[in-house]
Order: sequence, then structure tokens, then C-alpha cells
Amino acid sequence: MSARESTELTAAIVASGRGRWGRFLLTWFALPSALIIALLLGAVMMLALGANPVTGYRALLQGAFGGSYALSSTAIQAVPLLLVGVGICIAFRANVFNIGGEGQIAIGGLLSAATALTFPDLPGFILLPLVLLAGALGGAVWGAIPGFFKANYNVNEILSTIMLNLVAVQVMNFLLAGPMVDQSPSSVGGLIPETKVLPASAQLPILVTGTQLHLGVPIAVLVAIGVYVLLWRTSFGFQIRSVGLSRSASAYAGMPVKRTITLAMALSGAMCGLAGAILVFGSISHRMVTDGSLTGFTGSAGFNGIVVALFGGLNPLWTIVSAYLFGGLIVGGSALQVATGVPSDLVTALSGTIVVLVVSLEYLRRRARAQSMALASPRASSAPPLLRNAPPQATSDDGHP
Amino acid sequence: MQRHPDRKLSLGLAAVVVALVAGACSGSSTPAPTVAPSPSPAAAASVAPSASPSPAAAASVAPSPSAAAVTLKVALVAPSAVNDLAFTQSMVEALNSLKAKYNLEISVSDNQFVVATAANVIQNYASQGYNLVIAHGSQYGSILQQLAPQFPNVSFAWGTAGSTYNLPNVFAYQVNSNEGGYVQGAMAAMLSTSKVLGVIGPIAVGDAKLYVDGFCAGAKSVVASISCIPVYTGSFSDVSLMSAAATTFVANKADVLTGTAQAVVGAIGVAKSKNLPWFGTQWTQASLAPSQVVSSQVYDWTPILEQILATIQTGKLGGATFTGTLGNGGEQIQFNPGFSLPAAVKAKADSLIKGITDGTINVPQ
Amino acid sequence: MNQFFTVDVLTATIASGIALATPFLLAALGETIGQRSGVINLGVDGIMLLGAFATYYVELQTGNLLLAILAGMATGTVMGVVTAFVSVTLKAEQGISGIGIYLFGLGFSSLLFQKLVGTPLPIATLPPVGIPVLDSIPLIGGMFFNQSLLVYLAFLLVPVVAFLLNRTTYGLKIRAVGENPAAADSVGVSVARIRWSSVLIGCTFAGLAGASLLMYGGIFQINLTQSEGFIAVALVYFGAWRPIGVMFGSLLYGLVGVVILTWKSLGIIPLSASDLAATAPAVITVLALLFLARRFRQPAALGRPFEREG
Repeated sequence: MSARESTELTAAIVASGRGRWGRFLLTWFALPSALIIALLLGAVMMLALGANPVTGYRALLQGAFGGSYALSSTAIQAVPLLLVGVGICIAFRANVFNIGGEGQIAIGGLLSAATALTFPDLPGFILLPLVLLAGALGGAVWGAIPGFFKANYNVNEILSTIMLNLVAVQVMNFLLAGPMVDQSPSSVGGLIPETKVLPASAQLPILVTGTQLHLGVPIAVLVAIGVYVLLWRTSFGFQIRSVGLSRSASAYAGMPVKRTITLAMALSGAMCGLAGAILVFGSISHRMVTDGSLTGFTGSAGFNGIVVALFGGLNPLWTIVSAYLFGGLIVGGSALQVATGVPSDLVTALSGTIVVLVVSLEYLRRRARAQSMALASPRASSAPPLLRNAPPQATSDDGHP
Repeated sequence: MQRHPDRKLSLGLAAVVVALVAGACSGSSTPAPTVAPSPSPAAAASVAPSASPSPAAAASVAPSPSAAAVTLKVALVAPSAVNDLAFTQSMVEALNSLKAKYNLEISVSDNQFVVATAANVIQNYASQGYNLVIAHGSQYGSILQQLAPQFPNVSFAWGTAGSTYNLPNVFAYQVNSNEGGYVQGAMAAMLSTSKVLGVIGPIAVGDAKLYVDGFCAGAKSVVASISCIPVYTGSFSDVSLMSAAATTFVANKADVLTGTAQAVVGAIGVAKSKNLPWFGTQWTQASLAPSQVVSSQVYDWTPILEQILATIQTGKLGGATFTGTLGNGGEQIQFNPGFSLPAAVKAKADSLIKGITDGTINVPQ
Repeated sequence: MNQFFTVDVLTATIASGIALATPFLLAALGETIGQRSGVINLGVDGIMLLGAFATYYVELQTGNLLLAILAGMATGTVMGVVTAFVSVTLKAEQGISGIGIYLFGLGFSSLLFQKLVGTPLPIATLPPVGIPVLDSIPLIGGMFFNQSLLVYLAFLLVPVVAFLLNRTTYGLKIRAVGENPAAADSVGVSVARIRWSSVLIGCTFAGLAGASLLMYGGIFQINLTQSEGFIAVALVYFGAWRPIGVMFGSLLYGLVGVVILTWKSLGIIPLSASDLAATAPAVITVLALLFLARRFRQPAALGRPFEREG
């Protein structure tokens, strides 16, 4: 029996009357089941490394959600994930694979820091929105470049966004060790690659005393809601989604396809750039610091945001939930390391396992639902075709949550 | 439309499940971070017992008062792995060597290269009642500048750096790595027949740049026309790029190599395969190339740590900068017995060390 | 600049560039095969990391280089089974599952390294082997014919893969499945089986790429690849899904990188420009594609799981 046949058989069994429970479970519990399987695998790994899984997971959950401090840490960790995720929603809906989040975050951060350094005396209520806008602008430019190249020169965006990441890190190192560096020498070794202390007026105010929970958290949520409205309630959003589903059909309908692609990428980059600005002005350091790498600044948000968006079904509203969960996983990972001595790389491996399991169960779930709803077309898919050329069938992207 | 509710519902269900479990698990929800201050056995144990040089603490070490009674809780936050054979390992080894003497309870958070996360970790330690939090990385200074005032009863140490931001509970520590660089550069110049040296660094900042500059200065002091052009690859962690840089130097006739950063292991590999002398930094790297490593400029943080700990015990939590030099033992040249060093070179090195220690030789900065 | 254009320096620079390009080339060749059949694998970087660690660990334990490299390849194959099962059999969204595999590979290799090895020890690597007669050719000989065996293997695989894709029945099936799986299915080609095999081959290449990367540096470190796997995927687009194009892309990328390092070491690039100069490989690759990009079409069914209708 071939693999395909056995899968069809499984689906058939599931679809039969006897498998109603299975169908019900699959339909509604795919995601939690994937989580549980992944956690079991993680427990196995922990046991193999000589750690106690119960202690480990308890520490992870407590570190992520156990108490107001943990919750605020998770919320803060979720901000860049959410913003990048929202940006990915926009880009992927336009069928553009934006893997340049890391670079866009960095460039946004740089521009926002530069703005604050240039206008340090502006009052807070002007300076803070200004630096956030500057961050968005920096990211927008960095996203527009690959968008423009794709739209007009057919340069594949996977290539250009990856390459621009490599450029961004060097630009960051150059600027922070050169023109933007804090000139007051602080060591025999010379200058540290970081900016001066940024104006306090631009610092994101803390909302809950005793925690680090800052204004960036609600801003990110509001932005997500705003992008949802943009994508499903405005004509521009319609254009983006339309171009994503079918370039040729949209062109035939008279839409400015090239401009839409470029703008979608610019908007996607703007979200990441905003995340960069929030990272700078919500940080404990009150400066923009580099250790020479992109991840040192972004914490891999430009990358994890992709996973977050995809788990949210490319819907900005559900991306909020998924960002919070993923943020909790990251925060909990550090607590896991301290409690059990297992390196937090376990959490990275675990998140990868979860991703694979979830998307694997998607198909079975789709089949089960299709069978149970007796739909004719088994090719219904939610997200627009990523990296696909031909227009898909019956995609559901009306955006109703 | 039909698909979204299912996915969203199951996502929502997942969130609910997690929240319920979390709520059940979290007993007393403390506002403070839940980082358990365990004396991190895993981190300390995973440090392989590589040729650990017994740090011979030289002259100016503050006499340690009878510290047996009180346990000092010390936390270390570092940007790379505890066994990176470089920056972080040097500090971990020093701390462990003082553990018994000062009755220390040590916790280590390594691989903290994401600065924002490191800030949380430092804050956690500070609010967990640690006496001393060591932020071992120049990128962490900005964090301490903001956090230290919020924890006036906690002592913070920051390195490598020279400024305490005028904060009463911040110590700073640094090393004049240009001194050790100078000595090794001079040795390299004497060992080199092609009079071309290969110097590989990550980014031209801080400690790395200081060492490199000292190295080339020392080389030029022996052979004025020697070629000593540093290549900065642009990354602290890209191993293959460092290998490529080393290979490049070899192509340009360089016959003695040195470098700094945790990715430098790639360059050492090239030195080993081409059988060229290598000068190590920050920690002894003889284990990587037993016949090729000439010497390593080793950071010995013990004298500085002892001064910090002693000062803390007198009640003063900061406000001083400590500099490791060849003279006070904070920096040492450790010769690798596996390398057959000509006597003349050794003699030159010894005389330079003496001269720098005396102050008769001035190492340019 | 005069120093650069000397025989020795040029020879060594190009030789080094070729060696540096090899891991990219191997990974990109594997990805090309997979993508031609319609499957995109973004987990290449994770598979490279796992392959590199497997090679490293086996070498440390046994001292047998051949065994170690085979272990790296086998690791790639095992990950290929996972990838194929998820992408082809379960028809999961390929972009996402690839990233999941990347995260898994990154985390798991780091975990294993920290727990099984700890302090890094260097390993013996493959020495360069000169091809007799050819390596005595002035200039060219030193550049091309004095490399390690893995390098020769990688570049020999270029015409092999090209031949496979363009001149064999199997290659025809791969291309058919990648362009129009429904039509292929209707004439009796098992889409799933072809895609399974192409993914397995591709991931084995990725494992071998990881091994070659390890051989280059001679030591393992966490995140050894530094996202090289993604650059390899990007190079597939650069090479327009043709092995020869992929080869040129890898060479361009590797050579530019080495040239920049050489110029830095000769003082041609001043210290102040050091950071920006490091962007050269990326910038030049994008610019090259900008000027060279004709309307290369990607395989029509790329990224789309195939389901038989009816």
C-alpha cells in the first residue's frame, strides 16, 4: 500500500460514521494535540538529558504565565513577534515571501534611534510618535527594495530579502561603531558600539509599575487590529489579497499589480521597523546596542514572527494569540534552563517540532472536515498560495475570525 | 469561511488549555521573577577540565578577610558558551577557582547574546537577592547604567569596560590586552621568516581591537617593516569566515597567525593544518592545536575578582575600576610546552614582560 | 593592488573561494532537485547543522573521516524522510514545515553539541589532494586542481545532476511532476514517489553540505552554518533552477567573499570600510541577478502539494 493510499484510507476511516469522534477530535483538537505530542517528545528529550520533565515544564509554564511579572515578560516578548507576524500577514497575503524581517527590524531601530539623537529636545508627545514613525519608515524602505525588485525585475524575494539581511547587519555595525557611536570613551579598549543614552522623553512609558510592561504592548495590539481592518475593510487591502491570489486576474481587473506588491512589501517592512523602534525605546538599556549580530538585537523575531503569523492563519487578530503563546514559549525557555540546566535550545527544537506537527495535522484535519461537511472540493485551503503560481480554488479569505 | 472557525477555535482552545494548566501550576504567583537561584551545576560541570593554568595571583591582591561564614551569591551573565575557550570560559574558571575561598554560590547564564533578554536575566538575578551580578560583556553596560540605581543593595560588575557611570554599586573591569598583544607580536615577528603576519579579528571594537593594535605594535617594534594588517571579518561567531580569512593570510605568505573572538577556532584549525605558529588570546588555546600554539595571552580574572569580593565585604558595593595588566597577574602569557620555542624568542618575551611590568616599556594604545 | 594580481595571491584566492563555495553548492544542488519536482525545502539550514554535527561527533568518536562523512549524509537522508513525509505524504504547507525543520535542526544540534561534546575539539579534516598533471598547469592548476576530495565531488556533481535532470527518464519525471503533476499522474507517474525520492536526494545533499562545511572549518560550533542554508536556497533562484546556474551563483558568492578578505589583508580595503565591505557578496549577488534576470519561470507546481482529483 503506498503512502498516499494509506493516508486516504485513514481519512476514509475517519470519515466513516464509526470515526465521527475521530473526526470531531481532529477538527477541533488538531492544534492542542500537536502541542501535546510535541511536549511529550520534549519530555523524552529532557529525560535523555537527565532532567526532570515535570520540573522543566512547570518552570516553563511558570516562567511564561505564572504571575504578573511572568505575564508582563511574555507580553513584552510577544510585541516584536506580533508586529513581525502582522507584517508577514500583509506580505504573504500578497504572495510575497518576506524573510527579511530581521534586517527590517534593525534598519527601523537604527532610523528611530537616529531620529531621537537628532531631535533630543522635542517634548515626549511629539518625539515618541516621531521615533515610532521613523522606525516604521526605515523598515518600509528596507522592505520596499526587495518588493520593487520583485515587482519590476522579477528578482525572487527570497533571495533579495535574505541578502538584505546580510547587508543590514553590517550597516548596523558600521553606524553604531561609527557615526552613531557614543563618543564618551568608557574603556581602555575604546568605544563600545552603542548610541548615547537616548532621550528619556522618547522612552516608551511603563504601564504597570514594578514590571517592564510598556506602551509598546497595546500599540502592537492596536496595530494588529488596524492591519486587520486594512486587509479586509479597505480597497487597498482587497488589492493586496487579490494580487496574492492571482496576479493575472488582478491585472486584468485593472489593479496596479506592481505598485501593490511594492507597497505590500513596504508595509510589511514597516511593521518590522516599528518592532525595531519599540525594541530600542522599550529596552532597559535606553540605548541601541549591538554585539555584532542581528539576533543580538532582534532575538530572532524577524524569523519567529513568520511562524507566529502562519499559526495565526495569516489573520492579524489571531496572530495576537499566537504571538502571545510563542512569546511565552521563549520566556519560559529561559526559566526552563535555569531550573533544569537543559539549554534553552531545547525550546527552539521544541518549537520546530510543534510547527511540523501542526502543519502535518492540517491536512488530515482538512480531509476530516471536508468529509464531514461533504464538500466536493478537497483543495480548499485557508491561506493564499505561498509560492504557488496558479490560482487556487475556493480559498477562504473573507477574514471572518 | 468554513475553515477559519475551526482553526481559530482550536487555536483558542489551545490557548485556553495552556492558560488553565498554567494557572493550575503556578502556586504562589509572586510578582518577582521566578528564576530559581540554583548553583547551576550543569553550567559549571560542562566546563571541560582543559589545561587549566593555575592562576598565580601576583602582587597586588587585597588580603582576603575570613570570609568563611557568609555565603556570597554571585551571578554571571555572559554572551557566549561557558566552554568557548575564550572570553566567557576565562571568567567562569576564575569564579570557580574562588568558590571555596570566598564561600560563593555561583549561578551562570551563558549564551546571552540577545541584549534585551540579558537585561531581563540581570534584572532577575538582582531581584533574587544576589550579592554580586557580573555582566561579562561590554554590550551589557547600558543595562547596568539603568538597573543599578534600582537595586542599591546589589553590587554589579561590568567588563570589559572602564567606566562605572559614577554609580556607587557598579564595578568596572578591563584588561590591557594591548600589553599581552605587544609581547606576542614581538615574538611573532621574531618567529616569522616571511615577515608577514596574519591577524584576524571580529569587529574593530573594544578588547579585540586593543589586542590587535598591541600585537602589531609589538611586531613592528622588532621588525619595523613587518606586514601586520588585521582583517576584521565582521562577525564574532562566523567560524568559516575566520577560516577563510586565515587561509587568505596564508596565501599572502603569512607564516604566523593570531586572532581573537569565539569564532577564532576556525582560524586555529587553519594554523593547525598548515602547521603554522598560532598565538592565542583570552584563554589557553593549546588544546586546539597542541603543536602550533606558541603561547596564549590568558585573562586571569582572579585578582580582579578577589579585589571586588573583598571590597564588597567591606560594605562598598562599587565605584572602582580594575585593570588587569601583565604586572598584576590579570593578564598572563602562558607558553605552550608543546611548541619548541627558540631560547632567544623566549628571552625577548621575558624581557618585554619585565619591561612592561616595570613601566620601562610603554605600550602604545 | 599590485600585490593582489600576483600569481600566488590570485591562485590562492580563487582556490579558497572555490573551497568556501562548496557547502553552498552542495546544499543548493540538492535543493534544486527537490524544487524541480515541486517541493520547496526551507529546512536546509537545519539539516546542514544536523549533518555537520553528526559528522563531527562520529569523527570524534571513531577518528574515521569516511565514516563520519557518511554519517553526515545519512543524517541528511533521515531528515529527508521526515521532510518528505510531511511535505509530500501529509501535504503540509511546505514553507512552514521547512521553517519548523530548521528550528528543530538548529535547536537539536545545539543541544546535542552542548550535552555530548561541551568543549570543542578540532578534528582532522580532508587534506587538499592535487590531481596529478593537472595541478602543475601554471595558474589554473593551483586554483582548481588542488582541493579536497569533497570539493571535487561537489563540482563533479554539477554535470551529474544536470545530466540526471535533463537526460534521464527519471529526470524527465522529476520535471514533469514539478511542472504539471496532474498530467504526469494521468500518464501513470507516481507523483508522490518521485517527490519522495527527489526530496530524499536533496536532503542527503544537505547533510553532505553540512559535512563539507565542517571539513572547511575543522571544528563545530553552535549555529555553525550562520544561515548559510537559506543563502543556498536563495542561490537556487539565482541559478534559475539549473545546476550550472547554481554553480555560478555559489562561486560568485564564495569568491566575492574571499576577495574581500584578501583585499582587507593586503590593506586595499581600509579599516573604516571593513564593515560595509563585508556586504559585498550579498550586494553583488542581488545586483547580478538584477542584470541577469530574464523571465526565468519557476517550476509551475512549486510549493503546491498534489492531490489527485476525483
